[in-house]
Amino acid sequence: MIIETGHYALVLALALALAQFAIPFIGARLNDAALMRVARPAAITQFLFVALSYGALTYAHVVSDFSLVNVIENSHSLKPFIYKISGVWGNHEGSMLLWVLVLSLCGALIAIFSNAMSDRLRSDALAMQGLLGAAFLLFILLTSNPFARVAPAPWEGRDLNPILQDPGLAIHPPLLYLGYVGFSIVFSFAAAALIGGRIDAAWARVIRPWTLFAWIALTLGIAMGSYWAYYTLGWGGFWFWDPVENASLMPWIAGTALLHSAAVMEKREALKVWTIFLSILAFSLSLLGTFLVRSGVLTSVHAFASDPDRGVFILAILVLFIGGALALFALRAGALPVGGLFSPISREGALVLNNLLLSACCATVVVGTLYPLALEALTGEKISVGAPFFNTVLIPIALPLALLIPIGQMLSWKRGDLAAALQRLRVAFIVGVLAAAAFGVWYGTPFLSIVTAGIAIYLVVGGLSDLVIRARGRAGRPSFKRFAGLPLSAFGTSIAHAGMGLTLLGLAATGWGVETIVAMKPSSFYDVGPYHIGIESVSPRQGPNYSEVYAVMAVRKDGATLATIEPAKRFYQARRMSRSEAGIVTLGLGQVYAAIGESHEDGAIDARLYWKPLVTLIWIGALIMALGGALSLADRRLRIGVARRAAAPALEPAE
Amino acid sequence: MTRKGKRLTLIVAAMAVLGLAAGLMLFALRDNIVFFYTPSELAKKQVASGARLRIGGLVKEGTVVKNGQDVNFTITDKTSDLPVSYTGLLPDLFREGQGVVVDGVLQPDGAFRADSVLAKHDERYMPRDVADALKKQGVWQGEKR
Repeated sequence: MIIETGHYALVLALALALAQFAIPFIGARLNDAALMRVARPAAITQFLFVALSYGALTYAHVVSDFSLVNVIENSHSLKPFIYKISGVWGNHEGSMLLWVLVLSLCGALIAIFSNAMSDRLRSDALAMQGLLGAAFLLFILLTSNPFARVAPAPWEGRDLNPILQDPGLAIHPPLLYLGYVGFSIVFSFAAAALIGGRIDAAWARVIRPWTLFAWIALTLGIAMGSYWAYYTLGWGGFWFWDPVENASLMPWIAGTALLHSAAVMEKREALKVWTIFLSILAFSLSLLGTFLVRSGVLTSVHAFASDPDRGVFILAILVLFIGGALALFALRAGALPVGGLFSPISREGALVLNNLLLSACCATVVVGTLYPLALEALTGEKISVGAPFFNTVLIPIALPLALLIPIGQMLSWKRGDLAAALQRLRVAFIVGVLAAAAFGVWYGTPFLSIVTAGIAIYLVVGGLSDLVIRARGRAGRPSFKRFAGLPLSAFGTSIAHAGMGLTLLGLAATGWGVETIVAMKPSSFYDVGPYHIGIESVSPRQGPNYSEVYAVMAVRKDGATLATIEPAKRFYQARRMSRSEAGIVTLGLGQVYAAIGESHEDGAIDARLYWKPLVTLIWIGALIMALGGALSLADRRLRIGVARRAAAPALEPAE
Repeated sequence: MTRKGKRLTLIVAAMAVLGLAAGLMLFALRDNIVFFYTPSELAKKQVASGARLRIGGLVKEGTVVKNGQDVNFTITDKTSDLPVSYTGLLPDLFREGQGVVVDGVLQPDGAFRADSVLAKHDERYMPRDVADALKKQGVWQGEKR
């Protein structure tokens, strides 16, 4: 009964989504307030119905209802409880349902937090959100029904892919979806603005918090996913340039560009057309990512079992929305008034350059992801494009970008003074150069790592020194009062840039990592960087739905045991699959990482041992970037500004 | 600076960045892409030794010889065979008779020196390259997709 309720709720949600599209859209054209007012309750109810449906599927997974195909294929009665919940989205149907849940949540959020805008803008945005929801609900109901039953029901399920049975999976997809589906809000507002023909600083003010919100979630989601890959795949890598990973990176880069161009538009009314274009682009890339992952054109752990009907359906949705939005853009963008002027050397100019460089990065990732597919479709020739391609292209673009970030922060709006900005950054330059020299002495080559680490330190110091300079004011002496009085968004910017610097430092340090592959004999120690690792014992152990062989290894330095780690090799009976569980210990900012392979008859065991200096900074940096975003989002000026406008639209806000 | 001058600056900057990116991409695509072949495609094509390649097929039964970290095995697509040598840990799912993809360099003696070995992840996941190659050879046994 609960299952049928869930299924039926999904059908009702589809009907509501169609109503949410059609009624307010027509209302906005006829200027009928009553029709437009349908949008908000429709969006909220649509969300409630999708949530109900999602709850029903979760219930089926939790109680192991094996009359559902979805549960049989992805669950097992012995599976730990948390994976019964996360397993709901560990498969194609369930993850599409989560996608739609997040999409309808975005609609509901617009409906709740959209007092500060014209009825027409809100109605059109919610109508677009409704149309998106309808398309994806239809996709689920027609091609990927998670509520399909089977009779007779088997006694046991086939279990979830072991690689997906991990706490990381419990967090990674929801965050990621919140991120890239979150860009649908910005997309809907862009479409609504183009339909309505009114685009101004107020519009940028509306979309900026949503962009930030999606960007924060995406940043965290990507970081989480990369850490998960790092410790579950047993190869010590954290990013594989897999098309599925690129699918999340593309909207992230476009979203980062959007965040910056929206700031220009909000402050200076410039870059309107470009901001609208990026708003469309960010979500289009999310849709492209969904297509790549869900259609089965790629094969990877993310693709599950896919079939071609789904691919064609998602491709149709993709063409409809991206094509439609771009057509609308082409028709209307020319008519948009040109905004504020600025000199090339100014904050705006720097942000334009930032956008150009980010666009080039984004284009690189798109080409590297799609080129092999296109080449195979056209010529049948199969190639793989991996890390060498992306490193060759992205490093020469990303490093200058990192150099420019603090300079841009130091320039003033409209017309900036480059010499003065460089003058203010002299401390950061000096610290960066000294740091590079220190890293060079301490870790040595490769040269690229030394240079990158120097730039990273410069970025951290440069990003933060903006706060100090601002606190100094005209008087020339830093005052705590002025420092505390700085707007939260200024802290947000500086902290996010510093976070970027830390991530960059972590990436640079990968060049200093040490890797050895050895057959480890009991009671002998092996050098890995500054540490020695030895095996204490190798023994079998039984988990809830797997059996494993685990090794206890001691990590020593100068004769003292610093830590013990337990890398394991697990075997999952239900799927007859094995997977590695890496043994990791964090020492300072670096990590010692061990994965084990097969045992030999003489008691030795194959192992892959790594020392990864500063590696944790990659993820710590991402967390700090997200924190910076959150501070900007919390800035009272942004929020109150919006509310004040709503209360008294005729008044000029008093600064 | 005049309005026209500003616009010109912007356009020049945009062209410079895009030109740089396009140039880098072309350069990188020329040097850093790796072609994928099955053993029989490799046998047909005249590939110079020293080329970086990616080869997919099945691990031929009874050919895996381990000597410490050194492993030798043969990849087959049931038409042609290719001897492969590799040093290091094999993936968890590496087994005789299973699908495998190796990255590496073709040696002058016609053997293949792999520097990475990828095995298929589970019953439903096989590197698509391998699945396609096996279908072409008519030895595909998995579900149709």
